[in-house]
Amino acid sequence: MSADPVLAVEHLTMRFGGLVAIDDVSFSAPRGQITAIIGPNGAGKTTVFNCITGFYKPSSGRLLLSLGSSPAAEELHTLTESGGRSRATAAGSIFLLERMPDYEIAARAKVARTFQNIRLFPGMTVLENLIVAQHNPLMQASGFTVLGLLGADSYRAAEREAVERAKYWLEKTELADRADDPAGDLPYGAQRRLEIARAMCTEPQLLCLDEPAAGLNPRETAGLTELLLSIRRSHALSILLIEHDMSLVMEISDHVVVLDYGQKIADGSPEAVRNDPRVIAAYLGVEDQEVEAVEAEIAR
Amino acid sequence: MAVVAAERSRAASRLPAAIKDAAGTALLALGLAVPILALRIDQNINNEPILRPRWDYVAIAVAVAFLGRLAWLLIRPSRAGAAAAKPQGASGGLAALSAWLSRAFATTGVILLVLYPLLALSLAGWAGAIKWIDNFGIQILIYVMLGWGLNIVVGLAGLLDLGYVAFYAVGAYSTALLVHNFGFGFWLCLPLAGIFAALWGILLGFPVLRLRGDYLAIVTLAFGEIIRLVLINWVPLTNGYAGISGIARPSFFGLPFNASDQGFAAFFGLEFTPLHRTIFLFYVILALALVTNWATLRLRRLPIGRAWEALREDEIACRSLGINTTNTKLTAFAIGAAFGGFAGSFFAARQGFISPESFTFMESAIIVAIVVLGGMGSQIGVAIAAIVMIGGTELLRELDWLKQIFGADFDPTQYRMLVFGLAMVLLMIWRPRGLIATRQPSIFLRERRAVRADLVKEGHG
Repeated sequence: MSADPVLAVEHLTMRFGGLVAIDDVSFSAPRGQITAIIGPNGAGKTTVFNCITGFYKPSSGRLLLSLGSSPAAEELHTLTESGGRSRATAAGSIFLLERMPDYEIAARAKVARTFQNIRLFPGMTVLENLIVAQHNPLMQASGFTVLGLLGADSYRAAEREAVERAKYWLEKTELADRADDPAGDLPYGAQRRLEIARAMCTEPQLLCLDEPAAGLNPRETAGLTELLLSIRRSHALSILLIEHDMSLVMEISDHVVVLDYGQKIADGSPEAVRNDPRVIAAYLGVEDQEVEAVEAEIAR
Repeated sequence: MAVVAAERSRAASRLPAAIKDAAGTALLALGLAVPILALRIDQNINNEPILRPRWDYVAIAVAVAFLGRLAWLLIRPSRAGAAAAKPQGASGGLAALSAWLSRAFATTGVILLVLYPLLALSLAGWAGAIKWIDNFGIQILIYVMLGWGLNIVVGLAGLLDLGYVAFYAVGAYSTALLVHNFGFGFWLCLPLAGIFAALWGILLGFPVLRLRGDYLAIVTLAFGEIIRLVLINWVPLTNGYAGISGIARPSFFGLPFNASDQGFAAFFGLEFTPLHRTIFLFYVILALALVTNWATLRLRRLPIGRAWEALREDEIACRSLGINTTNTKLTAFAIGAAFGGFAGSFFAARQGFISPESFTFMESAIIVAIVVLGGMGSQIGVAIAAIVMIGGTELLRELDWLKQIFGADFDPTQYRMLVFGLAMVLLMIWRPRGLIATRQPSIFLRERRAVRADLVKEGHG
C-alpha cells in the first residue's frame, strides 16, 4: 500500500446471485500515478470499475476516495461510523464511494470514466459532447436554468469558458477540425479520444479508463500513450486503467494490479508483476512447454 | 437505352413472383373487406333492418390491393437503385442554404400568422371570417402549442409519453374549477393551470423514472386514462359527463368582450361583434404558442436542454458525467406538462365549457402523431404537421362538392381517420423519421451543420 492513495479499495466483494464476481479484493491507487488493472477475460476488472464509479452497489467492502491528501485515521473512522457519504477533512475531503449514487461520484468525488464499448452522444456534435460534460458548473452558472432563460451575462461568460475548455481538449486530442461534426460520424479511434476528452472536461481527480486501446491500430495506440502521459504530466490527476495491451500497460503504468477469477493475484511495479509466476500462469493457464506446443500447432 | 431495356427485362423476370406476392395481398384484402364492406344493414321505411350485400365494393377493394401491390413491387426496385446511386449526405453549402431557408420560413410564418386575422377578414368578410379564425387559426395553434410542449418530453428528452392529454385536461379543469369555485379570472388561472399541470407532470414522473420504452408508453397511457376516468366519476367536483360550463372568458386588460357599456367595443367606440373576442383569442394563443417555442429554443441552448438531449442519446453516459438523470427527467416532464396546462387553460376559456369528452386518448394520439410526423425535436416540423393534421381535418368539412360525385349521403369527415392513417403510412415509408428529421446543433465553433437523422437516437424512455 502506498503512503498517499487517492483511492483505497478495501475488501471489495461483489456477488451477482450465487456468482462471486469479485472476492475480497483490496488495492490502492497512488495519487498522481497511473495504476493499471489487468487480468484475463472475465477476471472482474470492469466489475471493479463499475463498483468504483457507482454503477454497481458492492455487496461489501469500502471504497475510500480522498481529495487533497489522505485523511487521518480518526476522521475516516468518524465518517464510516456516521453512515454519511462524505466529509470535509483538515487536508481536503473524503468520500465513501460505495454509499454514493453514480452521478454524485462523478459530480462531487470527481471520478470520471470511459466505457469499454464507447458511449458517446452520437447525435450531438463533438463540441456538444464536451459541453454536456460540463453540465454541473454550467447548471450553476445558469442559476438552475432561471438566469439562463432570462439571458444573464454571467451564464454567457460561463458558457464561453466551457467552450474554451472544450477547445483545449479538442486540440489535445487532435479533434479540433471535427468540432462541428456529429460524434457518431467520427472514426473509431477518434471516438475513443473524444470519450477521454469528454471525461477530462468534467475536471476529474481520478480518471478511470476501461480498455482505452481496444480496437486501436499500433499508431493510434502510440498516440494514446502519448496523450495519457501528457495528461498525467500537465494535470494533477490519477489514472486507473483497464487494458489488455501489455506493451501499453508496461510502458505507462507506475503500478499494476492483477485480477484473476475475481481475486487479486499480484500487485506491484510493472517489472515485478511481469515476472510473477502466478501472473504468467493466470494468463497462459499452463506450463511454458505446453504453450510452445500449442504455438507450434497454430503455426502449422 | 440499354439501361432501360435491362430494367425492363429484369421487371419481366420478376413478374411471376410479383403476381404471387400481389395475390397474397389481395387475399388479405379479401379477408379484411368481407367483414367490413360486404354487408350493410340499412333501415327501410318501417324501421326494419334490411341486409344489403355490397360485393361490388369488396371486388373493388381486392382489385385495388392486387394492382397496387403489383405496381409497387414492379416499380420499387428501380427506385431503390436510383436512390442508391444518389450521392450520400448534404454538402456544407446545401446545409447552410437549408438553415437559411428554415429561418426565412419561420420568419415568414410568424408574420403571416400575425396578419392572418386581417387576411381572413378581408378575404372572407366579417361573416365568413369567424370560421377561418376560430376553426382553423385557433384550433391549429392549440395543437401547435401542444405539439411543441410534447416535443420537449418526446423529441428532446426521448421519453415517449402517450398520456399528454392528461396535462391538457389538468390545465383545463384547474381553470374551470378555479373560475367556478373562487371566481378567479382567466389571467390568474392561466399561470396557476401551468403550475398545477407541472406538479402533475412531476407526480407522473416519479413512478415512471425507472421505466423505458414500451413500458413507459403504457404507464403514461394509463395515467391519461386515470385522469379522464377521475374527471368522469368524481361528480361532486367535476360534474361528471355533464362537464363545467360558464367559464370566464379572457378580458382585454379588464375590458370584457360583451355588448355592455363597459365592454371592449364600447370602450373603443366600435360596433359590438363577437368577432372581437375571436380575434383576441387568436392573438392570445398565438402569443402562448410563440412563448412555448421561444422557451424551447432557449432551453435547448441551456445545460438543462443539452442534458435532455444527452439523456435521449445515452442515459448511462449522462450519469458517468455527473448529470442527475432523475432531476433531468422530472424537469422534462414538468416543463412539457406546464405547456400542456397553459394550452388546457386557454382551451377552457375559449370554449367556456369543458367535459371529459374533450380529453380522450384520441387527443393524445393526435398530439403524438403531430410530433412524430413533424420530426421529433424539430419545432418547424411539428408546426407543419399540426397545420396539416388539424387543418386537414377541418378542410374535409369543406369538401361538399364531393357529394356531387359520391351521392348526397357522402360525408367526407367520416373518412378523416382513413385519410390520417393513409397519410401516416405514406409518410413513414417516405420519411421514417418525420418531415424534418435532421437535428440542429445547439452550439458550434465554426459552422452550424445539421446532424443526419440516422445518427440521432430516439431515446429509450
